[in-house]
Amino acid sequence: MGSLLQVLFDALSLGSLYALGALGIALIFGVMRLVNFAHGDVIAACVFALLWPSVDAVAIIFAGNLPWYLLVPFVLAIGAALSVACEALVFRRFRHANPATMMIASFALGFVIRYFLLMLFSSRPKSISLLPALSQPVEILGARIPLLQLITIAVTMAVLFGLTAFLRRTRFGLEMRAAAENFTMARMLGVRANRVIMGAFALSGALAAAIALILGSQTGTANIMMGASVMLMAFIATVIGGMGSLAGAVLAGFLLGAVATVMQVILPPDARAFRDAFVYGAVILVLIFRPQGLLSARGTRERV
Amino acid sequence: MSLLALSNVSVRYGRLVAVRGITFSLGEGEILFITGPNGAGKSSLLRAIAGVTPPSGGRIDFAGHDITGRAPEDIARFGLAMVPEGRDVFGGLTIEENLMVGTGMHSATRGWKARAATGLEAVYATFPVLKDRRHAQAGLLSGGQQQMLAIGRALMTNPRLVAIDEPSLGLAPNITDQVYERLIALLAMRKLTLLIVEQSSTRAMMVGGRMMLMRGGEILLDGDARALGQSEAMQAAYFGYGEP
Repeated sequence: MGSLLQVLFDALSLGSLYALGALGIALIFGVMRLVNFAHGDVIAACVFALLWPSVDAVAIIFAGNLPWYLLVPFVLAIGAALSVACEALVFRRFRHANPATMMIASFALGFVIRYFLLMLFSSRPKSISLLPALSQPVEILGARIPLLQLITIAVTMAVLFGLTAFLRRTRFGLEMRAAAENFTMARMLGVRANRVIMGAFALSGALAAAIALILGSQTGTANIMMGASVMLMAFIATVIGGMGSLAGAVLAGFLLGAVATVMQVILPPDARAFRDAFVYGAVILVLIFRPQGLLSARGTRERV
Repeated sequence: MSLLALSNVSVRYGRLVAVRGITFSLGEGEILFITGPNGAGKSSLLRAIAGVTPPSGGRIDFAGHDITGRAPEDIARFGLAMVPEGRDVFGGLTIEENLMVGTGMHSATRGWKARAATGLEAVYATFPVLKDRRHAQAGLLSGGQQQMLAIGRALMTNPRLVAIDEPSLGLAPNITDQVYERLIALLAMRKLTLLIVEQSSTRAMMVGGRMMLMRGGEILLDGDARALGQSEAMQAAYFGYGEP
C-alpha cells in the first residue's frame, strides 16, 4: 500500500513537471504555430537568475535568499520577461515565416541563451539549496512522501485550474482561445495580434519559471542543461497530446510521467538505465495508432 | 462622402495577379453585390480591404482613414466587419463566446459591457436559433447556423460596413433563402452598408441594390443589380462568349 502510494506520487509529480512544460510549449504553438525549443533554456535561465554570475562550483546566492513569497514572484517575473523578450527581439521577425524556419530560429535562440549562461556561470553544475524546508518528508498512510512532491502536485493543480479559469472567464483568455483557433479571423474581429502573442509568451515564460523553481529545489543543483531534458519530454507530450491542444498537452504530460515512473518500477533492474528508451518506444506506439495526437486541436490543419 | 473608396487597387500573390487596378467607391447605406465566376479576384479584393492580404498597389480609404496596408485589427476598429468565405466560426468556442470576441476592441470605452449585452440581445432577436444553443460549441452547428453566427459575430463589432464572402457557399438553397431573409430584415432595422460577394447574380437580382461584375481581376460591369442581371452584357461576361 505504502509503496504503491509512493509510485503514485512519484508519477504525479514527474507528470506535473512534464505537464507544465508541455503547457508552455502548447500555448505558444497554439497562437503562432511555433515549436519553441528555446523553452528549456528559459527554464535554465530562470534557475540561474537566482545566482550571481561566477564560474566557481559554489554558487553565490543572489535572489535565492529571498523569502519564498518574494522569491516565487521574482522568478515568475524573470521567466515571463525573458520569454517576452525572446518574442519581441527574435520571434516577431519570423512571424510570417514558415513553421520550420521558426523552429530553427528557436533552436538558435536556445543555444544563444545556453551559451550566455555558460559564459557567465561555466558548465559546471552548482549546488544550491533552494527552499530547503521543502525537502522534509511527510508520512501519508505509511508512505514517506517528500513535502516538495506534494507541493509540486498542488502547485501544478493550482496552475491548471488558474489557467483554465483565466482562459474561460477573462476577456484576454477568450481572445487567446479565438486566436489559437483562427488567428486571422480573430484579428478581423479586432483582436490585437501582438498583445495575444505577448500574453502567450508571458504565460509560457512564467510556466518555465515554475518548472525552474521545482527542478531547482528537487535536484539542489543549477546546471545549464537542466531545462533540456524536461523540454524534450514536454515537447513529446505536446505531440502526443495533439499539437496546440492545451488539455491534450497536460494529459499527455501526466501520462508520460506515469509511464516513466511505472517503467522504473516494473523494468528489471538491468534495464532501468534504459528507461527512457522504453518510454520513447511507448510514444512511438501511441503515434502509430493516433498520429494526430490524443486530443487533436481544432484549426491546426486548415490553418492558412 | 463615400464610406469605402478604392483607387487603382491591385492584389498579387507572388507572380499571380488576382486584382488588377480596381477603382470604385461605396456610399453609406448602399448594398453592393460583387459577382463573377470563380477566380475573378472577388475574395482577394475583400481580403485586401480587410487588411489580410495587403494590396500590392493603389490606395484604400475607409471611414475617413487611409487603410492601405493597415493591420486587420486596426481596420476592424474603424468599423469594417468581415464574414469570410467558409464562415470561419471558432469551432471550439461556444456561440456566445464567438459573438463576444469582437466586442473586445471597444472594451476601453465607457459602458461597453451594457452595449455588448444589448448587441447580444439584438443578434439573438434576429437569429433565435443562436439563442437556443448559446452555450453549445459553434463547431456543432449546421452550415446555415454557422453562417448566421458569422453574420451575428460581425454585427457584434458594431460595424459601419459588413463584408460577406459567399454567404450561400455550401448551403442548400432554402437555407440560403433563410440567411438572406434575415439579412434583409436586419437592413430594415439598422443602418448598414453591405458588400456581398456571390458567384451568381441571382441573389443580387432578388435583393436589389448595386451590382458589380468581376472577371480576370477587373470590373467589367457596374450598375443596378436588377437592370444588369437581365442585360445581355451580363450573360456574355459570365459565359465568356462575345465581347461584354
